Amino acid sequence: MPTANIAGRDIALNDEGFMTEPTQWTEEIGTFLARQIGIDPLTEEHWKVIRFLRSDFDAQGETATLRRVSTVAGIGTKDLYTLFPGKPARKMAYVSGLPKPKGCV
Amino acid sequence: MTTSEGFIAPKFDDDAGRKLAIICSKGTLDMAYPGLIMGNGAVQEGIETHLFYTFWGLDIIRKKTVDKLSLTPVGNTAMRIGSTSLAMPQLLSALPGMSSMASWMMRGKIKGLSVPPVREFLTQIADAGGHLWACRMTVDMMKLTKDDFVDEVEDIINVSEFLDLSRGAQIIFV
Repeated sequence: MPTANIAGRDIALNDEGFMTEPTQWTEEIGTFLARQIGIDPLTEEHWKVIRFLRSDFDAQGETATLRRVSTVAGIGTKDLYTLFPGKPARKMAYVSGLPKPKGCV
Repeated sequence: MTTSEGFIAPKFDDDAGRKLAIICSKGTLDMAYPGLIMGNGAVQEGIETHLFYTFWGLDIIRKKTVDKLSLTPVGNTAMRIGSTSLAMPQLLSALPGMSSMASWMMRGKIKGLSVPPVREFLTQIADAGGHLWACRMTVDMMKLTKDDFVDEVEDIINVSEFLDLSRGAQIIFV
């Protein structure tokens, strides 16, 4: 299991580069991860998604799907694709220090 | 400035340039979903996605039928009673109201999985950049026009246009 030293802390990652210990995540790490995948800077809209994902993960024990973010957090599908272009569900989870969503929708 | 050592970032561009075309030829509620789920999933992975509706599949994108798709247990030997292995008796299946009951039950199960109803699913796919097309020949055969379809349908296209836009795509027939 690889680890990386980010902001002076050893962070556990899987082989793909996703964090495996959500509790190690901080906003500073989120900012760092976003920059690595070309999302820079993180705007308030990004943070709204990230904060929802974090709190929903705490409550549900799994990463919200795009569908859940749009229906529960009320952030439209189009906006999610603009904020996290290409692979929004995976990118949102990555920046939030969470596993990829398991759901299909 | 945040620093890092031994850091690897995931590859989010591994599907760049990938294309998927799904031909949807069936208009029952159960057969509407494979195309929608796969199409939506593909769009979410950044894959250029085209859904081509033909023949009975046109019911999925017609304003008059999109909310009324149904399925029947008649002749469907895979239809079981609940989660048992008992097949639904065919004579029972043919009773009045059985198709609406089966459709109602399936809608409930789909909703329980937080999967959107068909109309909403089409909007979600189009909003995400997926493309919806209707088949010229069957549209003419059924005497329909562009106005008969939900707004997300981009155009009515013929086979050669479909082949043009699906050049280099992986094609799935449902």
